[in-house]
Amino acid sequence: MDAATFFIQTMNGIQYGLLLFLVASGLTLIFGIMGVINIAHGSFYMIGAYLAWSLMGWVGNFWIGLVAGVMVALVLGLLLEWLFIRFLYDRDHLQQVLVTYGLILIFSELRSMIWGDDVHSVPIPELLNGSIQITENLAYPIYRLWLSGVCIVIAVLMFLGIQHTRLGMMIRAGESDREMTKALGINIGLIYRFIFALGITLAAFSGMISAPISSVFPGMGSQVLIVSFVVVVIGGLGSIKGAMIAALSVGLIDTFGKVIHLDIFGINIFPEMSGMSIFALMALILTLRPQGLFGREH
Amino acid sequence: MTDALMHVASLHAHYGLSHVIHGVNLEIKPGETVALMGRNGMGKTTLIKCLMGLLPASSGAIRLRGQDIKSLATHSLARRGIAYVPEGRGIFQNLSVKENLLLAARAGFEGRMEWTYDRVLDVFPRLKERLAHGGQQLSGGEQQMLSIGRALLTNPDLLILDEATEGLAPLIARDIWSIIGIVKKSGISSLIVDKNFSALAKISNRSVVMVKGAVVFDDVPTKLIEQPKELKTWLGI
Ligand SMILES: Nc1ncnc2c1ncn2[C@@H]1O[C@H](COP(=O)(O)OP(=O)(O)O)[C@@H](O)[C@H]1O
Ligand SMILES: [Mg+2]
Repeated sequence: MDAATFFIQTMNGIQYGLLLFLVASGLTLIFGIMGVINIAHGSFYMIGAYLAWSLMGWVGNFWIGLVAGVMVALVLGLLLEWLFIRFLYDRDHLQQVLVTYGLILIFSELRSMIWGDDVHSVPIPELLNGSIQITENLAYPIYRLWLSGVCIVIAVLMFLGIQHTRLGMMIRAGESDREMTKALGINIGLIYRFIFALGITLAAFSGMISAPISSVFPGMGSQVLIVSFVVVVIGGLGSIKGAMIAALSVGLIDTFGKVIHLDIFGINIFPEMSGMSIFALMALILTLRPQGLFGREH
Repeated sequence: MTDALMHVASLHAHYGLSHVIHGVNLEIKPGETVALMGRNGMGKTTLIKCLMGLLPASSGAIRLRGQDIKSLATHSLARRGIAYVPEGRGIFQNLSVKENLLLAARAGFEGRMEWTYDRVLDVFPRLKERLAHGGQQLSGGEQQMLSIGRALLTNPDLLILDEATEGLAPLIARDIWSIIGIVKKSGISSLIVDKNFSALAKISNRSVVMVKGAVVFDDVPTKLIEQPKELKTWLGI
């Protein structure tokens, strides 16, 4: 592998990792704070991508489509929390999985009815179209740089929000002692509704901004769900910091797994088995640290 | 109706199928300090959980300032002026001392702001030195001070203290009793559970004794002291 390829792949890996973080952070927040396993999380990624495709196509503008899509996702999140999720806080994980699996089926059917089963593509917005020439024979797409930048900004805002705002304080308090938080007059139900909506909006937003660099297709939700779960498990359930480190590792390993050629006894291990590499990483981490990198011991 | 701040009538409560509170009647007047006593497992904590809306009552009535509050959510009860210092203190381990206090700070039910962040730190100088510490780094006494300070910052009309001095060294426990005295002087009603009978008798206007989920005594502390035989069976002293 030459230096140029290495550079490009590193950038791609980081960008993929940051996008994964955006999806996985919602998943880990919803689990860590409310104790809810939301396996429908990937569906919101898929919904986001389809929303981007239809809204951006309809209004003919990427940015208006993006803002509108975020609003739709927020409202959808608030509504779903009120309709289903709030009944799951005191239930066991099996019931949570069953209800959210039901949501996956419903969303998949609705997607098929509203948008059909075809594969679509979303054009890169004009403003971000093109590449930056880094050296004479090395260029990198502006859109991917922008996408990474947006993910980093959101990640920083999330850290600051949790550590330094009153809402963040309430969220951490609720995580530590739910009853005591209520007993201080804090309406934790309202906070949970907001966090759920925020979490799934992050997933939908990820789907929207990734639409221009990957195709929009029916199975994209389950694909991202599996990888996000790997990220959450490696990082430690409920840990945002863990999700960030795990997402970047998974992003880099998965990206390089697809381009490295490694022959062992004449068998080409990569890339035929590159899909396995992140699961190998997960197995390794779980063997060394069953609670994940930053998970609390139970 | 009476002028009671809180009025509990024929209250029953269950944990699943097990019937724990058996028809409790209780009244707390404005400014009154009420001692709640009884051996372990008699239902004191359970009764408090009902008053805080943390355990739904099966039947009976709970009224606050004459209003039925039985079906209100815990956070609404807190906003109506009830503050809670639970058994085990309930400190947020992942928040600093300062954050534990700031989280609670707000005006009381009728906009009262007697207890401010600064006043709480004046009353608890030990907390002042530990503001940046995490909740898990405090000693038992400091945790209890933080829990009481935090409760006061909600500017309550009723302070509920479960096992006020449990597990504290005598000197620290003495500090806690003097703080309870300050709370009383400021006109806040309180319901206090503790094992220290004589300290409770000194500070409280009324003693309430529970046996097996029912109230067996409810009168001034001096009347209870006159009943050594009952004291032995009810409280083991
Ligand atoms: N979470 C619970 N589930 C079932 N039973 C409980 C629970 N908590 C307490 N109990 C039972 O309820 C009774 C009263 O307990 P509690 O209110 O904690 O007593 P006290 O505070 O007076 O020591 C006891 O018999 C206790 O075993
Ligand atoms: Mg108790």
